[in-house]
Amino acid sequence: MAQLKRIAGVNQPAATLDRREAVPALIERPQDWLVVAGLAGTAQELCAMTDDGPNVFGLGGAMGAGPSMALGLALAQPNRRVLGITGDGELLMNIGALGTIALAAPANLKLVCVDNGHYGETGNQDSQTGLGVQLDRIAAGFGIAVVHTINTMADMAEGRRILAAPGLAFILLRVKEGPAMKKPRSLRPHVVRDRFRAALLGR
Amino acid sequence: MYDYLRAEGVTQIAYVPDAGHKVMIDRSLADADAHSIPLTTEEEGVALLAGADLGGAKGVLLMQSSGVGNCINMLSLTAGSRFPLLCIVSMRGDFGEGNPWQFPMGRATQAVLEAMGVVVLRCDAPEDVMPTIRAACSMVWGSGEAVAVLLGQRLLGAKKF
Ligand SMILES: Cc1ncc(C[n+]2csc(CCOP(=O)(O)OP(=O)(O)O)c2C)c(N)n1
Repeated sequence: MAQLKRIAGVNQPAATLDRREAVPALIERPQDWLVVAGLAGTAQELCAMTDDGPNVFGLGGAMGAGPSMALGLALAQPNRRVLGITGDGELLMNIGALGTIALAAPANLKLVCVDNGHYGETGNQDSQTGLGVQLDRIAAGFGIAVVHTINTMADMAEGRRILAAPGLAFILLRVKEGPAMKKPRSLRPHVVRDRFRAALLGR
Repeated sequence: MYDYLRAEGVTQIAYVPDAGHKVMIDRSLADADAHSIPLTTEEEGVALLAGADLGGAKGVLLMQSSGVGNCINMLSLTAGSRFPLLCIVSMRGDFGEGNPWQFPMGRATQAVLEAMGVVVLRCDAPEDVMPTIRAACSMVWGSGEAVAVLLGQRLLGAKKF
């Protein structure tokens, strides 16, 4: 089978983390956050980690919506901690949203990109990040002041510290190919919206 | 219009600039109690305002008719989740347009919005504007609909080329 060529001159350590261990190691108490999770892997794992909890809006489509939705939610709820978690494929689809978020810079918003270098959901095709595109450098270039890359378990403690501290931050969690944690979840988005608002707002 | 929307509780004003929205954008920038959010593409705004609704806040998306084309798939988030959505669209490729590049999307704007489940209300005269905005607000936040108010070029005037 023909292969896409890697971008010449980019040296990154090979991804070694298994997302089924790495995501819960970084986000220890998902129930403490208001979460918007991107379609595919991150929605599956955040819904699995919270037993399809009402504090998680897990997308099942609208690819590219996740980070922008998290921004709207963070601005609406300045006293709550908001987590926008997304895959590399979804983030690349609306990469300009990182600039919009950097400009608005809500102190209660954290973005985590679970970067497996692939479009896992659609048959594991290489994404640009698997071929050398570096989302951490892009995030820094957009002006996000706190950017942290996790390549190994040794980088995890700093990631957890950043998540606990105030201020906008972007964490790139590099993981190898492979399935996300998965449990049954509601794929009816109006049900998910209504239960999220009922739990948060009581209406 | 700006004061009315703020009194309705709008706190997030998102936009890709167009000349027809200049006053609204400037008012939002001068308003310390609202979030003025410049976007890189209009579809970000559809998602942003869905997030605002999850958190109990209201917003408005200002865009040129060409930006409607950038929103198509993102409107599946609005439709599927039944998010309320208010868009104000300044028309191009419309009455008196002198730039041929604007016609394909200008002609398709209303059809595209309706195809994605958005209710379209159109204004072509100054006296239509505020009644239409008031009607749109009650459809969006009273009934939970997605509504786009189109401001036609008969109203805004066509840009000179
Ligand atoms: C607009 C659009 N194009 C393509 C798809 C098909 N699609 C569904 S999931 C997905 C991959 C998502 O990749 P990523 O965000 O990296 O998540 P992963 O599957 O790797 O967890 C794609 C391309 C889609 N849903 N929407």
